[in-house]
Amino acid sequence: MSDGKLVAIIGDSDTVTGFLLAGCGHRTAENTNFLVVEPDTPATKVEECFTSLTSRTDIGIILINQHVANTIRHVLSRYNEVVPTVLEIPSKDHPYDPEKDYIMQRVNMYLGGGQD
Amino acid sequence: LFSSPLPLTMSDKPPPTRMNQQVFKGKKKAAVGGFKLLKKKADALKAKFRDYAKAIAATKGTMADDTATAFFSLTQAEYAAGDFKKAVLEGNMVAKVRVTSAVDNVAGVKLPVFNMQDTGAVNENQSLGLVGGGKKIAASRTKFETVLKNLIKLASLQTSFVTLDEAMKVTNRRVNALENVTIPRIEGILDYISRELDELEREDFTRLKKVQASKEERLKEEQRLKEEETREAMEKGIKPKVMSVNEDIMSKFESLDGDEVLF
Repeated sequence: MSDGKLVAIIGDSDTVTGFLLAGCGHRTAENTNFLVVEPDTPATKVEECFTSLTSRTDIGIILINQHVANTIRHVLSRYNEVVPTVLEIPSKDHPYDPEKDYIMQRVNMYLGGGQD
Repeated sequence: LFSSPLPLTMSDKPPPTRMNQQVFKGKKKAAVGGFKLLKKKADALKAKFRDYAKAIAATKGTMADDTATAFFSLTQAEYAAGDFKKAVLEGNMVAKVRVTSAVDNVAGVKLPVFNMQDTGAVNENQSLGLVGGGKKIAASRTKFETVLKNLIKLASLQTSFVTLDEAMKVTNRRVNALENVTIPRIEGILDYISRELDELEREDFTRLKKVQASKEERLKEEQRLKEEETREAMEKGIKPKVMSVNEDIMSKFESLDGDEVLF
């Protein structure tokens, strides 16, 4: 029995399929560690899933498409736990936008601004 | 002992004794030593922070490209194998990939680190596409595995970055507090004690001088009185004797007339 934590995915069907192929998926009678977000999925459902994932102790990383993250930005900006870590990733239709990534903002400000 | 009815505030001054001077000299030494150490730590953290920032910038760049390639390969697989997404999403699954979280100690700060772990579980989706397109699905899988590996590394970098950021803020706050509040305050107290001790010394010196002066005055006065008695005695025709003011003059003369006097 492994003691590692799971990698969860919240994203569109392509994203979730891809990472399930890579072996992330975990489904038991109690819960699943992924959510497929369709264009008509309400933001509340996404928020609910995010909240439940972050309260689980067996999840280490949460991968979330950037465009989906934007719909629950208010929840994400308040979240600052170390574990589970939240990583925003691009999707097929929405390529990576560093402007919207909070971490990249910090990184660029630090490197570009030449802080002391 | 130094005591006050109200709780001590920053403006309360310690009694200006030599012992306190030593005490506060010691405190200053400790504060300056601590300040130097913390500054070193802050510099080390800043250097590490810089490294992490660079690593994150680099990794996120390649990650964007790798993900795009992975999605493209998925689309290709769909062309070849039809809609296999459904099959992947349904069916039972046990995670083949997990992450272990460890703690790394960097410049005295504990940073979280994620490592990829293969649980060895086999899923149904791994035997997909036996009828056409299997190669393309396998290719897509490989691409996503690579992306996943890089994402786990990125997650480590990111959490370390955030933790370092926090640690740096705390350390800098302490450095500034020492530099701008604690040390100046101790120096202020040392100055105060030094001034007060000087003042006390001066007062002592002045008092000493005054005592000496009054002693001199007294001696002069005694001398003067002695000379006057001597003069008076000479005027009366009596042999003067060296005597002190405290002696009874008449008693001396009585003994001269008495029978006990021996010559």
